[in-house]
Amino acid sequence: MEWETVIGLEVHVQLSTASKLFSGTSTAFGAEPNTQANIYDLAMPGTLPVLNQEALRMAVKFGLAIDAEIGKKSVFDRKNYFYPDLPKGYQTSQLDFPTVGKGELVIDMEDGSHKTIGVTRAHMEEDAGKSLHEDFHGKTGIDLNRAGTPLLEIVSEPDIRSAKEAVAYLKKLHSMILYLGISDGDMSQGSMRCDANVSVRPKGTTELGTRTEIKNINSFRFVEKAINIEVERQIDIIEDGGRIIQETRLYDSERNETRSMRSKEVANDYRYFPEPDLLPVVIDDAFIESVRETLPELPDIKRARFQEQYGLSEYDAMVLAADLATANYFEEVVAGCDDAKLSANWVMGDLQAVLNKNETPISQSPVAAKDLAGLISRIKDNTISSKIAKTVFEAMLAGEGDADAIIESKGLKQVTDTGAIEAMVDEVIANNPDQVQQYKDGKEQVIGFFVGQVMKASQGKANPGQVNQMLKEKLSS
Amino acid sequence: MMIDSGLADISRALADGSISSVELTQDYLKRIAAENTDLNAYITVCDELALAQAKAADEKRSNGNAGVFTGIPIAHKDLFCTNGVRTSCGSRMLDNFIAPYDAFIVERFNEAGAVTLGKTNMDEFAMGSSNETSFYGPVKNPWDRTRVPGGSSGGSAAAVAGRLCAGATATDTGGSIRQPASFTGITGLKPTYGRVSRWGMVAFASSLDQAGTMTQTAEDAAMMLNVMAGTDVKDSTCSNAPVEDYTANLDKPLDGLRIGIPVEHFSDGLDSEVEKAIRAAIAEFEKLGAVVKEVNLDNSHLSVSAYYVIAPAEASANLSRYDGVRYGYRCDNPVDLEDMYKRTRSEGFGAEVKRRIMVGTYALSAGYYDAYYIKAQKIRRLIKNDFQKAFEEVDVIMGPTSPHTAFPIGSKNDDPVTMYLEDIYTIAVNLAGLPGLSIPAGLVNNLPVGLQIVGKDFAESQLLNVAHKFQQVTDWHTRQPG
Repeated sequence: MEWETVIGLEVHVQLSTASKLFSGTSTAFGAEPNTQANIYDLAMPGTLPVLNQEALRMAVKFGLAIDAEIGKKSVFDRKNYFYPDLPKGYQTSQLDFPTVGKGELVIDMEDGSHKTIGVTRAHMEEDAGKSLHEDFHGKTGIDLNRAGTPLLEIVSEPDIRSAKEAVAYLKKLHSMILYLGISDGDMSQGSMRCDANVSVRPKGTTELGTRTEIKNINSFRFVEKAINIEVERQIDIIEDGGRIIQETRLYDSERNETRSMRSKEVANDYRYFPEPDLLPVVIDDAFIESVRETLPELPDIKRARFQEQYGLSEYDAMVLAADLATANYFEEVVAGCDDAKLSANWVMGDLQAVLNKNETPISQSPVAAKDLAGLISRIKDNTISSKIAKTVFEAMLAGEGDADAIIESKGLKQVTDTGAIEAMVDEVIANNPDQVQQYKDGKEQVIGFFVGQVMKASQGKANPGQVNQMLKEKLSS
Repeated sequence: MMIDSGLADISRALADGSISSVELTQDYLKRIAAENTDLNAYITVCDELALAQAKAADEKRSNGNAGVFTGIPIAHKDLFCTNGVRTSCGSRMLDNFIAPYDAFIVERFNEAGAVTLGKTNMDEFAMGSSNETSFYGPVKNPWDRTRVPGGSSGGSAAAVAGRLCAGATATDTGGSIRQPASFTGITGLKPTYGRVSRWGMVAFASSLDQAGTMTQTAEDAAMMLNVMAGTDVKDSTCSNAPVEDYTANLDKPLDGLRIGIPVEHFSDGLDSEVEKAIRAAIAEFEKLGAVVKEVNLDNSHLSVSAYYVIAPAEASANLSRYDGVRYGYRCDNPVDLEDMYKRTRSEGFGAEVKRRIMVGTYALSAGYYDAYYIKAQKIRRLIKNDFQKAFEEVDVIMGPTSPHTAFPIGSKNDDPVTMYLEDIYTIAVNLAGLPGLSIPAGLVNNLPVGLQIVGKDFAESQLLNVAHKFQQVTDWHTRQPG
């Protein structure tokens, strides 16, 4: 039996507004518990909500970026349930009239193909506070700093067909929200959270199977693992003749399994009704256009431009355009050295390797873009070889100065003087008659030995191209 | 005594120096000390605060910086948050709650230099029509202490009627200002929904609640409304409509005023003596040059039912925050979260509040939302349309505020629905968001009768004008109990 996986993702993105969705309290991360919760956030009697206009703009910005319908009249609703981290006893959310309607996101697969995933809607809602179980014995600590922070809940259509597609969707979404500057999208810190709705069905059928909702996934890697393990679980059950129970399951990353939350959750009737303390949010075309003007060049457009303008391959363009900070860094390097190919190689290769090793974001790169451009310029103008450049780069990372300073102080200038090279070539040829004979006998690859010897004699500074050329001429004569 | 006078007279007396705010305040506090144990109009008396405010007001006056309201002693319904002072909403749930901020209107009165005598008694969380559901015990009607003053703003009404303050703030969700005003022979104004900010006014039913005034006269009500009305960015439902000087047009002649009398408000259930008094009052308006005609409010008979779906529904959510977690009452020794929730709310809330939370929860629940909540909102629209249609032909609508006069304490406790019907003439006005006031218009067996006057959106100026002209040619508003 061949199975098809059907996945829909619900992603909650914490909007990076300065204050909360309905109150003026700061949303800054890391404060002492319960120091960032004012009388509204604490649901004191008599307090009332006022909509944060920046959150609205960010939501509309997102909608425009995914080509979605923008709700010109959106309505907030109360979602009622009791929990200590929900001070009012209801969450102010949007049900029937969300700010963002149907849109789409094009995802990029590892094999270079693209797929369009539908987005059903995106709406604004308040975040709840945090319930901390670990530090309190037999009790739960409630920290309300987070209560009231604006969230954008983005719901995808069930168009995703594999765990890898799910990861690609999340990566694209992540890239998008960073481009838009509406969130820092950090899954480990909870500013981007993902719940996966997973079901399976026999390949070729169209009816949806019973789905489960998987929660508590806090990295891209765990998304892939959680989905895969849940699909396996569902297939096993069905093949054994059982039925899937529609339920919420928690992903346990240590055991790589999903666990039913059934015992914790009583079926909740949220009794949604329109929020009477807020008016419907009415926006006009002028407002929408004013938000559209703030849209940056989006990732897919930038990728296309990189291919066109810099002659990059689609793959290179995609990698560089995926992260806005990297894209900007790359362009600054090109502007400084006028060589897109070399710039791309160095940014994606040597620089990225260092950043990955130290888990440093490119915004905190130890080598500034203009300095990398300077290094590449010295390769281009033959001051140093590519090989020596790596040595210079190491020194730059260590903070020893810019490329010129290091080349100077370490005397790494490439030897290009024909006379000087000839002298070294002649000496090497003279000292290795056996290898000369080998070459003359037809073993051409021995030229590598000679090149190595000349490079050694020149302490790596001889221009390899010229050395090669000269050796060929002299050995062939 | 000066403390028997209304706001306008007191303001003049303070201005011309015949009395000081401190003297006035001391006289009120003395009378409160003597009377309140019996009347139970005040839950909290703010002796120290009041005298400090009075002293500051007198100082301001001697520096030449006094305004119209400087130094005038008033009371606030205990539904308004008062910074540093207990704000109980008539409930055990908030018996220990000291508000950490001032309501918008409290701030306004403080800025205007008013003196806060205390917080008045009320039906618990504003749910009631007799002030009998209060955790702090019932309030007595100064006209007959065996009878209710009406509710939910019974404390404010009794305080004004009993001359325990010069004026009081109050709230009206289904009639909670107008009906007690009617029962206690005073002037009660409920402004248009959105005219006054609800910031700091503890929510019962968010789309119906409105802050208003209890005073001896329409002129006094205009003085208070001048302080309270206005835009507030902290309340998203508060209107930006321009604020007038509500005292400016009080004397405008009423020639040509078109008065509508709803047929539905003069049918079964209206006490015949009350009807006589109301019709006599309306005749006075004709003498003043008004023209009277019958109007129809076809969906009147649905207003109480629609209200008792919408208001409890909103209340059921508004009162979810009272859970013993962050402030207010918490049960003793909870064993776990569920136990804490259940016992805190069972013990903290009284029977009527619990009743309405259950009704509201039911009306919002899956399978019933469309049949009850949505249907009630549709009826609400029809009721609003009825008024709009009537106002195409008339300027104001008049009728009895209540079907009868004040009833005995304890006489309606067996059946909540008979209590709900107390608001049969007033509730539609809240559903439509319109302004309404009740003025004393007669006495039946020495118990006050109130005339309700309803206006178009933001027509407070006209309502107060109409009431004021009536009060110039009649003296019902000057009658006092005993």
